[in-house]
Amino acid sequence: MPISRPTDVTATLDALAASPDADLLAGGTDLVVEVNLDRRRPEHVIALRRVTELAGHDTTDGRLRLGANVTYSEVEHDLAQLVPGLAMAARTVGSPQIRNAGTLGGNLGTASPAGDTLPWLLAMDAEVELASPEGDRSVPLANFLTGPKSTARRPAELITGVRLPRVEGPQHVSKIGPRNAMVISVACFAIVLDTTNRRVRTGMGAVGPTVLRSPDAERAVTQALDWDALTCPEDAIDAFGRACAEATAPITDHRSSAEYRRHAVGVLARRALRRCLST
Amino acid sequence: MSVTAGAHERIEVEVTVNGVPRAAEVPPRRLLSDFLRHDLRLTGTHVGCEHGVCGACTILLDGAPIRSCLAFAVSVHGRELTTVEGLAADDGTLHPVQAAFQDQHGLQCGYCTPGFVMSACGFLAETTEPDDDEIREGMSGNLCRCTGYAGILAAVKQAAGDLRASGADPRSQHQPEDDAFAGRPGGEHGPAGGDGGGEVPS
Repeated sequence: MPISRPTDVTATLDALAASPDADLLAGGTDLVVEVNLDRRRPEHVIALRRVTELAGHDTTDGRLRLGANVTYSEVEHDLAQLVPGLAMAARTVGSPQIRNAGTLGGNLGTASPAGDTLPWLLAMDAEVELASPEGDRSVPLANFLTGPKSTARRPAELITGVRLPRVEGPQHVSKIGPRNAMVISVACFAIVLDTTNRRVRTGMGAVGPTVLRSPDAERAVTQALDWDALTCPEDAIDAFGRACAEATAPITDHRSSAEYRRHAVGVLARRALRRCLST
Repeated sequence: MSVTAGAHERIEVEVTVNGVPRAAEVPPRRLLSDFLRHDLRLTGTHVGCEHGVCGACTILLDGAPIRSCLAFAVSVHGRELTTVEGLAADDGTLHPVQAAFQDQHGLQCGYCTPGFVMSACGFLAETTEPDDDEIREGMSGNLCRCTGYAGILAAVKQAAGDLRASGADPRSQHQPEDDAFAGRPGGEHGPAGGDGGGEVPS
């Protein structure tokens, strides 16, 4: 298993061009698990930890950019003011040891339907930044995620970060699993009450082949909300939960049944919306 | 700049372990947990599940707890590691976290204990006055199949109090109380400083 340890993006792209089938290694919390369980025998590994350009975050012209190497711990501890919903999502990931290692770029690259940061990033209309020898491009997350663990990343491309708008307003992320720590999501729901644009944004995890949103549910609840008082009629909250559940396409597997996932995400949707409203 | 190594090549890995510079040539596939145990002969770090669930292999990387079974040794070249061997004082006096696990019966078979102790050291450096829920959350990445966790919870609580009283950084080697600079050889952050103590090669 040859390993490359580039220290900048140019060298990483050179290494990728030389071995387009290489496995990209960030925090190791997905790839090394697969290697240890002998589910994957990488022909070549490109380790990204030392690529300094992938670290950190910046805010320019009202938008936020988070580097691919930002860890869940950094989101949880350092970025909680800037991206409160993402910090809530980060706190649900694995355990402290996993959060100190795992990265946003890794969550995007693995593209699990249960990826914990993905529902909130989808709600925010995040764009995935990709670098390649042909130049840089950014792809809306909804187009980037093409199926369970599959993405629009081309073999020569590297995920360098994620870009999102700065949005004002209350937000919430909740996740269901058998215990609070060390679980892969059974259902996850993210909501942002975008008070600037007066628009409800949502994302749902582990209830479809990729993370999903329900445009119908978002539109209906956006109209039902009293945006000045931040209140919502009870029947509209219930309808929101039902519409979110209806928009899902869950599967039955060893973690849960399709019926439970659909029901649970509707409950999470109602609960998350209530948490964002004035009481 | 890029460093690429072939499949059968051995790569020089230099790290600081418990304040001591260490180096070994290892294959790229060598897990950090195996590097510590087999190459550096520091067998205090235990390997349980080897896929990131049990937490027995927890060590501190630049002061933060990670699972050493989910990192390749070559990935931590140049970094600072703290293992359970780096906690007790040179004269064998237990670190406050170790002493608390002993006092509160925070272990039975002991297999998971190094991982719990290292997690507690990282956690207590961040959270100096934890309540029970915070301790459960802080220790949530470690599994114990003997104790039922009550003793572990009590141990972390005792250690938090003892560390607050002494002001020591839980990530550094224990300095017995008659030392004027008790518990702070490494300054404000990071594991034990460069005074060379704390290592127990077997």
